[in-house]
Amino acid sequence: MKYRKYYTSIKKVWGPLMIVEGVEDVPYGVFTSIVLPDGTERKGQVLAVNGTEAVVQIFEGTGDIDTDHSGIHFSTEPFKVGVTESMKGRILDAYGKPRDGLKPIVAKTTRDINGRPINPYHRTYPHDFIQTGISVIDGLVTLIRGQKLPIFSGAGLPHYDLALEIAKNARLKDDNEKMIVIFVAMGIKHDDAIKFYRSFEADSKLDKVILFFNLADDPPMERLIIPRTALTTAEYFAFEKDYQVLVIMSDITNYCEALREISSAREEVPSRKGYPGYLYSDLASLYERAGRMRGRKGSISQIPILTMPNDDITHPIPDLTGYITEGQIVISRELNHRGIFPPVDILPSLSRLMKDGIGKEYTRADHPHLAAQIYAAYSYSQDVKMISTVIGEEELSPTDRKYLEFSRIFEEKFLNQKRGAYHSMEKTLEIAWEALKVLPRRELSKFTKEELDKYYD
Amino acid sequence: MKILSINGPIIKADNDGSIRMREMVKVGDFGLIGEVIELQQEHAVIQVYEDTTGVKVNEKVEALKYPLSVTLGPGLLGGIFDGIGRPLKKFSENGFIERGLYPFPLDGDKQYDFISEMKKGDEVSEGMHLGHIIEMSLKHYIMVPPGVTGIIGDIFPGKRKVEDIFCTIELDHDDPLEIRGFHKWPVRKKRPVNERLSMNEPFFTGQRVLDFLFPIPRGGVAAVPGGFGAGKTVLQHSIAKWSNADIIIYVGCGERGNEIAQILEEFPTLKDPRSGRSLMERTIIIANTSNMPVTARESSIYTGITMAEYYRDMGYNVTILADSTSRWAEALRELSSRLEEIPAEEGYPAYLASRLAEYYERAGSFKTLSGKTGSITAIGAVSPQGADFSEPVTQHTKRFVRSFWALDKSLASAKHFPAVSWKISYSEYGEEVVDWWKLNANVDWNSMRTTLTEILQDADKLENIIKIVGFESLPDREKLTVLSSNLIKKGFLQQNSYDPVDSFCLPEKQVKIAQALIYFHSRSAEMMNDGDSFNKINKSEAIDKIQRLKFIPFPSAEFDSTLDEINTELEGKQ
Repeated sequence: MKYRKYYTSIKKVWGPLMIVEGVEDVPYGVFTSIVLPDGTERKGQVLAVNGTEAVVQIFEGTGDIDTDHSGIHFSTEPFKVGVTESMKGRILDAYGKPRDGLKPIVAKTTRDINGRPINPYHRTYPHDFIQTGISVIDGLVTLIRGQKLPIFSGAGLPHYDLALEIAKNARLKDDNEKMIVIFVAMGIKHDDAIKFYRSFEADSKLDKVILFFNLADDPPMERLIIPRTALTTAEYFAFEKDYQVLVIMSDITNYCEALREISSAREEVPSRKGYPGYLYSDLASLYERAGRMRGRKGSISQIPILTMPNDDITHPIPDLTGYITEGQIVISRELNHRGIFPPVDILPSLSRLMKDGIGKEYTRADHPHLAAQIYAAYSYSQDVKMISTVIGEEELSPTDRKYLEFSRIFEEKFLNQKRGAYHSMEKTLEIAWEALKVLPRRELSKFTKEELDKYYD
Repeated sequence: MKILSINGPIIKADNDGSIRMREMVKVGDFGLIGEVIELQQEHAVIQVYEDTTGVKVNEKVEALKYPLSVTLGPGLLGGIFDGIGRPLKKFSENGFIERGLYPFPLDGDKQYDFISEMKKGDEVSEGMHLGHIIEMSLKHYIMVPPGVTGIIGDIFPGKRKVEDIFCTIELDHDDPLEIRGFHKWPVRKKRPVNERLSMNEPFFTGQRVLDFLFPIPRGGVAAVPGGFGAGKTVLQHSIAKWSNADIIIYVGCGERGNEIAQILEEFPTLKDPRSGRSLMERTIIIANTSNMPVTARESSIYTGITMAEYYRDMGYNVTILADSTSRWAEALRELSSRLEEIPAEEGYPAYLASRLAEYYERAGSFKTLSGKTGSITAIGAVSPQGADFSEPVTQHTKRFVRSFWALDKSLASAKHFPAVSWKISYSEYGEEVVDWWKLNANVDWNSMRTTLTEILQDADKLENIIKIVGFESLPDREKLTVLSSNLIKKGFLQQNSYDPVDSFCLPEKQVKIAQALIYFHSRSAEMMNDGDSFNKINKSEAIDKIQRLKFIPFPSAEFDSTLDEINTELEGKQ
């Protein structure tokens, strides 16, 4: 970074913020470096300029900063990260610097981590699916290249295991295409984060992954920049180097809390639960960096992971996320208790882009109807289950009893899948049919007669 | 003027006295577009429509001497613009939004054939049509601007580009006025009309549940509230594709980029079922996705409705779809908070309701200045937080719309689409559309609609009983109600927007299916009176046939013969 101005006129320090007075020509949004009396440096960013006063946010904590001996350098541009293909296999920090103890990253190209919004006219609509080998995802919540599909989970649920299964098994239709997984840890436990690294290392697949770590004991404010650094890297790999990039970001809840902290330090008017009114726009500035672009081969798909506070899907974080992302995969505590993995509750789960990436040209002709039928049947079977707890299974109509059986087979055979077991699309559809065949033919209203003739009988 | 402070999209500049409220300005060395939103003796508050990163205090602010305006003229159709009307197609090739660029929004090179409808010496007044050119097979009228009365000096029929002079008008006390193919209009000011008309023609969306149960006339306003995943966007897209509007303006404000990409990919390949034209030819897209500047999101619905008014003035029926008004309201909230205004409910500014009213009141059926009839139908999606309809945006919107199409998440998770809830949705437009059904379909629409909703409501009540005692314990009569209600849901209310036939349903076909359903219900009740059991009725082959009617093309021999079979089946049971 090029620094131009140096000031020692620190007027006020509070929370993660400070005010520097007497500044001149300081551009809005630029990067700063604060120098402490002992010579250590802290990085920051200009949040507002008011006349000769600049409000600066400090990423690495304000502890030990003083007003008389500390100083601040202002650069002339926003923070930029160096990007290069040699980042593969590395563990990096919020600034793109190594934290694996290996040699520094040498990059000729640097990019503004805030990026620029993709011109909607230059987007291409995603169609090609990414096969994860996990039946419930491939069959019912299909992941499409260029999609953002979050995992809504809760504390103590195996979302990392699911994310890891997806990351390791994800396959593209064409083996010649290059794929890379970028994992962004935001305030997560060291054990969870390193699990990713170890798992790729064990399979000698480290060249397929880049890890950005801000762990639970790292400065919270860095959580605001680390996803941007990672997404800027993703854009470089996808749109300049033709990679199919899968970005896994965890935990969005920690990111939002860092945002709330800044907002309350600035005394902004909060909307719900103390989160700032711009939480939606801010999350969108991350999520909307997924996609495909005209004339470019690569793509960015995102799997943000968020732990819903108190498993509440109406909490602002999952709620606003759901409004931006193209669907969600919802993890169920109940299924997890019953030992089913992956414990995906399909009813609130959804892949919005799936309809245009499955079917005749992509997977199999009956796939769309099959998925719709499973959803409808499973939804009805849950109602039946509820009634049966009141009136007892014996009182149910014969058809309703069939629905209970369907639900059992579906959960035990289709949802439940051994870790590491890779199901082909054919196999996934086959198990789905196996469950549906329990039901009388007349109940399968989503299919055409031809499909029923072919697969039901 | 010089910049005093920068706080995200809000900047302050010193006020030299020359600047006006709501005036457009160019900000700083990057030349970013902004609008004055607050004036004080010493300073002006400006909201900037582009990212302000890198802007410095003391850089200059240049007043442009006109309010935030949009360019109107031939070439808007089929186009895609951002929230302040900039043409996204003309942005640089690298594919990302650049700052400080303002290309001319229309195609300046394209030659049109101007056919004049007036001649030299004719007296003209505001809104009169001087002539027309053909834009995408539609007559695009060149009109006398509002407020102008005079005599035609010269008129130039023949090959014209939009920036050429089409006509000059001699004014009483001023220099002659040159009329070009385009003009600018302030987005926050509604375009004048002759008068507001009463509405009497249905706006057909092609979606049975809306057209039949919760109708809206041309010129009406409707809101589509629904949590995420309830299918708001799919429903809006379906309306954009299949409704009987002349022109569709789709405002993607604060929503997903991939949805815009989908429209751009899909619409050119689809044909308007009525005119046979490509759907893209009647569509204008305003795209200000969630990651584009929040200020331009605030202005996007005004940009959209101003374009709608422009085509309405030519006598067209325009429909504007805003997805989503909640994102627009959030933009208001964000800007209000940066201005440190005192918030009302949930941080939204106190003027949220009046802004919503202002927007929805620009819809309606009108007699234009030239004496034609044109309409603007406005449909706004609402994205309530946590699908809680008691939140401010939904509640305030309810005050200004008369059709409320509430999407129910539980229907959506059961894949009942469109997930329009028959319990909480409503339409106050029954009176406006009832005559049309009488005259054109020769049916008592009101009583048919009531019959269907009654069956649905009765079945809903039974639902609770079933939860306690089970379906099998119901008396036969009640079992029939549940059966008929399920049939209405599966065969009528549910509509598959991806099925080539079912994605769109003509009003005549809606009537036929509804009649079949009602007949099934009444006839079955009759048969039960005559001693038939529910189990016998439940085995009727008519049930499956009624369910599949919607998938049969209409009009067709197959449809008619299936109807005949259903009737015979039901009659034969006697």
